[in-house]
Amino acid sequence: MTRARPAGGGAVSLALPWPVWVPAALGFGLIAVPVAGLVVRTDWPNFLALISTPAALDALWLSLVTGLISTAFCLLLGTPLALVLARSHLPGLPVLRSVVLLPLVLPPVVGGLTLLFLLGRTGPVGQLLDAWFGITVPFSTEAVIIAQTFVAMPFLVVSLEGALRTAGERYEVVAATLGASPLTALRRVTIPVVLPGLVSGAVLSFARALGEFGATIAFAGNLQGTTQTLPLLIYIQSQNDLDGAVAMSLVLVVVAVLIIVTTRTRDVTGVR
Amino acid sequence: MRPPIRRRPWAADRADRAGGSGEGHPSPGRPTEGDLRSESGGLRARVTTRRGGFTLDVEIEVAPGEVVAVLGPNGSGKSTLLGTLAGLYIPKDARITLGGRTLTDTATGLAVPAHRRRVGLLSQQALLFPHLTARDNVAFGPRCAGRGRRESLEAAGERLAEVGIGELADRRPSALSGGQAQRVAIARALAVEPDLLLLDEPFAALDVDAAPAVRSVLRRLVRDTGQTTLLVTHDVVDAVVLADRLVVLAEGRVVEAGPTAEVLARPRSAFAARIAGLDLVTGTASGDGLTTPEGTTVHGIASEKIAGGEPAVAVFPPSAVAVHRHRPDGSPRNVLPVRLAALEPQGEVVRLRAAASPDGPPWADGLAADVTPAAVAELGVEPGDDLWFAVKATEVAVHPRRR
Repeated sequence: MTRARPAGGGAVSLALPWPVWVPAALGFGLIAVPVAGLVVRTDWPNFLALISTPAALDALWLSLVTGLISTAFCLLLGTPLALVLARSHLPGLPVLRSVVLLPLVLPPVVGGLTLLFLLGRTGPVGQLLDAWFGITVPFSTEAVIIAQTFVAMPFLVVSLEGALRTAGERYEVVAATLGASPLTALRRVTIPVVLPGLVSGAVLSFARALGEFGATIAFAGNLQGTTQTLPLLIYIQSQNDLDGAVAMSLVLVVVAVLIIVTTRTRDVTGVR
Repeated sequence: MRPPIRRRPWAADRADRAGGSGEGHPSPGRPTEGDLRSESGGLRARVTTRRGGFTLDVEIEVAPGEVVAVLGPNGSGKSTLLGTLAGLYIPKDARITLGGRTLTDTATGLAVPAHRRRVGLLSQQALLFPHLTARDNVAFGPRCAGRGRRESLEAAGERLAEVGIGELADRRPSALSGGQAQRVAIARALAVEPDLLLLDEPFAALDVDAAPAVRSVLRRLVRDTGQTTLLVTHDVVDAVVLADRLVVLAEGRVVEAGPTAEVLARPRSAFAARIAGLDLVTGTASGDGLTTPEGTTVHGIASEKIAGGEPAVAVFPPSAVAVHRHRPDGSPRNVLPVRLAALEPQGEVVRLRAAASPDGPPWADGLAADVTPAAVAELGVEPGDDLWFAVKATEVAVHPRRR
């Protein structure tokens, strides 16, 4: 294997040994080949018709709306949470962090069930909501949003806490010596400095919310137009109408690629 | 020369805008403390604290408009002192007053938060806010103080012109060199017109080429504005160029204090002598280097442009001094007769400490020359001997000096 040398000259990278290349190629294939297969398998002549059935359009619209609202909640709740984790000196902070990151490792179905037990009609909180306000949470669009926020928020918290720790407190210290109150420093210094981390965290959360399946089906069910998001529809369709499932899957693939492209370019060109 | 910068009645203005909520700003004429001495203004700080096995116990005063340098090696407690003054660190036992305001008093549990102290900080790193242009960085402090956006930005532009980079006002920090960034940081720190400016080794991270110019800018601004300043450094040249007074810190204690040139020329503690480690001759700048008060010339090279007649100091390392029994011939431009006062062993070398000779200039008193033990044996010198010190002009740096 020869070392690659850019035609215009430039830095030379060290050669990687062969035990790296073979598994790397296999790993890449494992991801790329099925996606390519999806493109090949797609029924292209009927593609537009397949993704514009009423059920598909309902699911796509619901997915986008709930995904965006969940992302907003992630930002609203996750940003302060990340600040507390990165900047405060609360006792038991490691325990707090483990709890916040739980949805990352928990099977989403389990997450959905815990939400159902808590907020269901017979659950401790759900009972009160029903008795006092006549609100029933499960199997509603609100439930979809709660389930998505539950699974997606750790992505924002992890991304933002990392950015906050990398930036450190030096800029806040300078801001304070210039007379900025803690709130002003947060608004005019901290948030702008970690904005790239905040944006990529929000995009990751949106992607996770868009792909959410397990918690949604356990906590919100599968009602067209109310709780049937795109992943749920794809799963149902794959049982009888494979062409429709494949076409809608491709839509999700395109969205995923778009998300990756946006976050990657932000990483490279974002303010550092 | 640029016109001197007027200090604005900023604190009073600010209190008005704060609408009574400014608890950190006692209104003028209403002293909050019975301590009459602290009413005289300036900084009075007494700090005692313990960190690990290290104890800091110092008392420092800075008069209004005065520049005091705290000189000390790493681990002497300089950072802890600065952090305490800036309000970033709460010590075990401390009382700090600034311009009549009490900032820290552990006896009553008072600790004014950093953003209400009006204590500015300029450190090694410029730490410009990366998302703001140079102009917005400088306008940040005035904006926090409630000034209007346009007014702050205009003033920021003027500040940047004062530090010599007015044309770079719209650049982001990532497009500035280290020296340029530090100039912006200087403008930013002075833009809020702090009651006390803390300088934490402000030139230590700069290129050797960039440091003298930035130091010169800071010296001019601090002098023109009468900025009360506490400088922390391990570089003697910083202290010489900027400070009126010098405080030498060792292992958490003040071991020596006094006017800069005096402390450095006649260090009373072995520690100060080692820290100073340089020969200094004060006088005024001249074409060839420096003219001493009684009219002798010390040939040297100016570190920056100094007008003739300006206060200056010639600095050279003792290792650059050659010692002779008889007047040497040849190239050295600076040759002077001295009388040997003492021999001080300093590790690998022996430091010969000079006193003034009846035939030589009075400023030879206190000069040091480092020679090898072998050379001492060869010369066969002992205290009281008359010797000649010789220094090449290229080894002598001439710096501007305060007053």
